[in-house]
Amino acid sequence: MSFLEVSNLKVEFDTADGVVSAVNNVNFSLDEGKVLAIVGESGSGKSQTVFAMTGLLDHNGRASGSVKFEGDEILNIPNDALNRIRAKKIAMIFQDPMTSLNPYVRVSEQMAEVLVHHKGISKSDAINQSIVMLDAVKIPEAKSRIKMYPHEFSGGMRQRVMIAMSLLCHPKLLIADEPTTALDVTVQAQIMHLMSEIQKEFGMSIILITHDLGVVAGNSDDMLVMYGGEVMELGKTEHLYANPTHPYTQGLMSAVPRLDDINEKLITIPGSPPNMMLKPIGCPFSPRCKFANDKCLSDIPVLTKVGENNQYRACHVAIESIL
Amino acid sequence: MIVANKNKIVEMANNLSENDSGTGRSLWKDARSRFIHNKAATVSLFVLIAIVLFSFIGPYFAVWSNEQIDWNAMGIAAKVGMPSIESGHFFGTDDLGRDIYSRVIQGTQISLMVGVLGATVAVVVGTLYGATSGYLGGRTDQIMMRIVDILMSIPYMFVLILLLVVFGRSIGMLFIGIGLLSWLDMSRIVRGQTLNLKNKEFIEAAKVTGVSDFKIITRHIVPNLLGIVAVYATLLVPGIILAESFISFLGLGVQEPSTSWGALISEGAGTISYDTEWQLLFPLAFFVVSLFCFYFIGDGLRDALDPKDR
Amino acid sequence: MFNFIIKRIGIAIPTLLILIALSFYLMHAAPGGPFTSERPLPAQVLANIEAKYGLDQPVWNQMTNYIWGILTEFDFGPSYKYHDRSVNDIIGQGFPITMKYGFWSFIVAIGVGIPLGAIAAIKKNTWIDYLAVGISIGAQVLPNFVMAPLLIIVFTLWLGWLPGGGWNGGSWEYLIMPVIALSTSYMASIARITRSSILEVLNTNYIRTAKSKGLPTKTIFFRHVLKPSLLPVISYLGPAFVGLITGSVLIDIYFSTGGMGYFFVNSAFNRDYSVMMGITILVGGLTIIFSLIVDLLYAWVDPKIRY
Repeated sequence: MSFLEVSNLKVEFDTADGVVSAVNNVNFSLDEGKVLAIVGESGSGKSQTVFAMTGLLDHNGRASGSVKFEGDEILNIPNDALNRIRAKKIAMIFQDPMTSLNPYVRVSEQMAEVLVHHKGISKSDAINQSIVMLDAVKIPEAKSRIKMYPHEFSGGMRQRVMIAMSLLCHPKLLIADEPTTALDVTVQAQIMHLMSEIQKEFGMSIILITHDLGVVAGNSDDMLVMYGGEVMELGKTEHLYANPTHPYTQGLMSAVPRLDDINEKLITIPGSPPNMMLKPIGCPFSPRCKFANDKCLSDIPVLTKVGENNQYRACHVAIESIL
Repeated sequence: MIVANKNKIVEMANNLSENDSGTGRSLWKDARSRFIHNKAATVSLFVLIAIVLFSFIGPYFAVWSNEQIDWNAMGIAAKVGMPSIESGHFFGTDDLGRDIYSRVIQGTQISLMVGVLGATVAVVVGTLYGATSGYLGGRTDQIMMRIVDILMSIPYMFVLILLLVVFGRSIGMLFIGIGLLSWLDMSRIVRGQTLNLKNKEFIEAAKVTGVSDFKIITRHIVPNLLGIVAVYATLLVPGIILAESFISFLGLGVQEPSTSWGALISEGAGTISYDTEWQLLFPLAFFVVSLFCFYFIGDGLRDALDPKDR
Repeated sequence: MFNFIIKRIGIAIPTLLILIALSFYLMHAAPGGPFTSERPLPAQVLANIEAKYGLDQPVWNQMTNYIWGILTEFDFGPSYKYHDRSVNDIIGQGFPITMKYGFWSFIVAIGVGIPLGAIAAIKKNTWIDYLAVGISIGAQVLPNFVMAPLLIIVFTLWLGWLPGGGWNGGSWEYLIMPVIALSTSYMASIARITRSSILEVLNTNYIRTAKSKGLPTKTIFFRHVLKPSLLPVISYLGPAFVGLITGSVLIDIYFSTGGMGYFFVNSAFNRDYSVMMGITILVGGLTIIFSLIVDLLYAWVDPKIRY
């Protein structure tokens, strides 16, 4: 039994223009205490994948497949059952700390309510524990600042508040949906540093969603690359970095600007991310792939194992012709 | 009383300014197809056109003109003045023996005219004022908007009645009064929109090539405000009709022998205890249906022009 | 907060002065004085009357006297038509009546409108929602002057349950129809605003955060959704107040309740300018005070606005 097992996860949305498939056949598993990074451009379905897992899809969204957490199915279970897991076992932090905290409610209230509800302790105890947690995420003068409203914190501080709030019940899994995207670069590094410290301290698992490969490198054990709602490649972060076997992963890697190579032009992947309304029939990446053949245009490739390092790729093109 | 769903318009204004439409689809063409797909709005448009046509063609089918008095029905409308094809009073008569059918047509013409003309005055004044204020910005803007703030907190219906009493009750005074007092919301919305437009590149371009402020406002700013102005104007018309009807209901608006929906509803409402419901219900039906149509068309236009759900 | 109040009063005072000056100017721009009638009075009599009312003084003096009277003694001067009554007497008679049914209309508009909109939003796309939306759209084209006769047809003429007018000291059966007629369209607007703003709030990121915290739906609604959703409703209270007070004019006429509106329209027909002015200024003052209260309420609810 693995800690988290996601199989055949599909997410669809009913829209005015018909049913749109946002996530298709996603499979992965995560062990306790490990960090998985889900990487992809915007619209790749990475956020919808985790929203589906925690029952946070928009009202017009539908998920199917299976998500097993500690052996129990949690996909599409009733809200009450989910609420016993949320925050207590699976906590989340979101992309935009500016809008993810309720601007009309004091931070103390927003934090304390988690403990009051899940642990059944008194509000003053809950506030005291919250202050301890704010200290742990290095918010100065936590005792006085906890009474403030979110807009009185800076962006980085707000994300620290979010992190502290998510840790209150000592969850086993933390899902971080682009936790640093909306922040300044220097603050990004601080937040990532904080997250890896906390991960070691609390020993929890993390699913880290990002489009920033720089964030992935030092901060994750495994890595899942998504494009157009499909998994492109999956494996140990170090292996994927060393030898990406999928044209899309390769493209992503070479698009990262390198400091040691000042003469080189910035490499980009030609074309733009897919419109989910007009998805290609075959491999979603095929319109932008320089290796694409007829099969790529007609069939969706299946995730298959390559090599001995538990690395998987979904591509019709032979590895040899890519490397 | 004027435009209850102002929030929605403000929201649309925000969406319009956020949207830097990079797609090739033309805004108006796209809007037309979206509008046509909105059933309530399309039906309303047709019903409204039918009502307008009726108010012009209707008189040719009338047996009695609006000034003629049916002496047979005078004073005993409850007994002989009921709606009937034979007597030629399709909608019945009022207590003076006047034909409600012809009176409703007359009232429809006048109410719609007051609504449209009043809205026109409000739109023109509001757009120019708001665009000027937003475009000039700075201190001028602050003073101009402070004036709007001040005018907004004046209970305008009372002032309007005061105006009508002092300058005499006439349709002209009525629609100037209503129009002049309803431009305030318009000017605020237009100002906000202008502030957004002002920083766009094409305005800067016009400025550096030496186009005058007045020309920039009329040639570049105002045309870009058309969407929001169109929606607001459609929702303003029923608001003004409501205001006119309110005043006419009190007997301070349109004066005999002329009439309007409000005046007719007032007359009908005054006689309901004499078993002559038709005197109330026919003008009321025209009034309610037309207002419905304006609101649905306004809502439809807003949805069609709002770039948010695209 | 203190600065904010000062700033708001800084707007309120010029507004009131402009309103007074405007009414005063209009009164003097009127063709013919208040005492010119079909039957011309002898010049001497006219002069005496005008002297009695201070109309022989320069306009500027008249205006400052008038404003001074209002500010120091809350005195709106004498009525021009009822020679033995002052404007204060007339307002004193009508104002409590208007306030009573106005207050209840306000309570009904809010007390029914907000829950109706909230239920519609929570039960979105169910028959409850459609019913609530239907009611609120319908009520928008049923303003007070349409509601009033319809109510009388149903409850007085058909059912015979309620008296068709009068006040009778404001006992409940005389209060019901004025309150319904006056409040319905505002109730509908409040319901619409509440519904759409709750739907908007439900889509925000912070509600997703609240859900991710495993809080029960009820807690999320009362702690996280309700407060921000009410902000647009609060901003609507100002216009609603103006609308209610304007609508009261019609209620007083149609239901013969004898409130301020009755005297206002009566003096409009009689060209009793001083009563019209007095009522207009009083209503203006009330509106300004009310919008100040609304702004304070808004600032209290929205922590981002701390003046």
